[in-house]
Amino acid sequence: MIGIIQYGAGNIFSLTAALERLGVLYGMINKEADFELYDRYIIPGVGHAGAAMQKLEQTGLVPVIKALKKPVLGICVGMQLLTAYSEEGDSNLLGLFPIKTLRFAGSPDHKVPHTGWNQVFAEQDSALFANIPNGSHFYFVHSYYIEYDKLYTLSSTTYCNKFSASIMRDNFYGVQFHPEKSGAYGETLLKNFSKI
Amino acid sequence: MLSKRIIPCLDVKDGRTVKGVNFVDLRDAGDPVELAWNYSQQGADELVFLDITATVERRKTMVELVKAVARQINIPFTIGGGINEITDADALLNAGADKISINSAAVRNPELIDELAKAFGVQFVVVAVDTRAIAGKNIVHLNGGRVPTEKESLDWILEAESRGAGEILLTSMDHDGTKAGFDNHFLKEVNKAVNIPVIASGGAGNVQHFVDVFEQSNVDAALAASVFHYGEILIPDLKRVLKTNNIEVREV
Repeated sequence: MIGIIQYGAGNIFSLTAALERLGVLYGMINKEADFELYDRYIIPGVGHAGAAMQKLEQTGLVPVIKALKKPVLGICVGMQLLTAYSEEGDSNLLGLFPIKTLRFAGSPDHKVPHTGWNQVFAEQDSALFANIPNGSHFYFVHSYYIEYDKLYTLSSTTYCNKFSASIMRDNFYGVQFHPEKSGAYGETLLKNFSKI
Repeated sequence: MLSKRIIPCLDVKDGRTVKGVNFVDLRDAGDPVELAWNYSQQGADELVFLDITATVERRKTMVELVKAVARQINIPFTIGGGINEITDADALLNAGADKISINSAAVRNPELIDELAKAFGVQFVVVAVDTRAIAGKNIVHLNGGRVPTEKESLDWILEAESRGAGEILLTSMDHDGTKAGFDNHFLKEVNKAVNIPVIASGGAGNVQHFVDVFEQSNVDAALAASVFHYGEILIPDLKRVLKTNNIEVREV
């Protein structure tokens, strides 16, 4: 059963709706004692990474999250929180990945936010992408991206530059795109995470 | 490569789609959720729901519709119509809308764009602009193109961008309903002038019009209503043609 970490950054209606469609059970995490009720966790998030980090700190759950040993999936800004730093608000983040979140340079040919369906290419084999063809399209909407890093990048996407579409380190996973809005393959990815 | 997006637009009144729909295998052609689901299965990349409800109950109806769509549809969608303040937008976001589209409210109160972008992020804020040519100038119009404003469309679009619009939905009222093709000339001008995505709207009549708008203006997305609702253009066919013209699309 998935525990969704509630910290007030963005709506989770679409995420819980997707889990319900998939028949994946979930509940909400509001305090430390809630963590033991679940065997895996999702950190959602939209909006401003710096503001999201402040909200997460206010919950007092940061030390617990950093010490988690069960699978954790950060989505969009929830993924960016796992990195060490974001240019958005010049913010220090959880630091579970020693990599940075940077702003797209942008140009008339590469508008920012990066909005729409882009292809995701595997850099490493992962159960997270089981039954998802290499190069499938996922739905992105973001102005900041996580730098590509050979060690942690599970899959990459190119927009302005090559960046991390998904990352993994030990039990921590992150996806920049929105699986809950990415059609059938997005749903497959959520299903895969529920079984990792 | 980032795909060009194909976006069917559904007009909704009191929770029901109002433009005629002539679709195969629909149990209830007026049910926006069933129609939306059908489009998502066909390979639509995104959906826009334009709420034209005029009653005081509108906010509640919109929120219920958004929830119903979010429960069943696995692609992003935008809600437009009647969003005048932060609380309207907040309710829609919490009900599962990915973006909101504001039009007249932004023209009347441009600071609404700043407020929405600050509260929810630029990715949430689509500014819809209805433009019509008057004496060779593109002028912003309100009320479905009936009421001209003082604003030149490109100036207003640039202002909207600087205030925090994350996307521009540009409808040419001169082309809307003509089925003679998009306003590729002005769309190209706007698309080159801004650094945020542009959705083309107004004038789609056949598959070639979509090829033309992407090739000639390089916009990020194209929106249409009746050609999809009446089954004149099927999205899989459209995407096949776009692909053979080397335009990047997502196939399902």
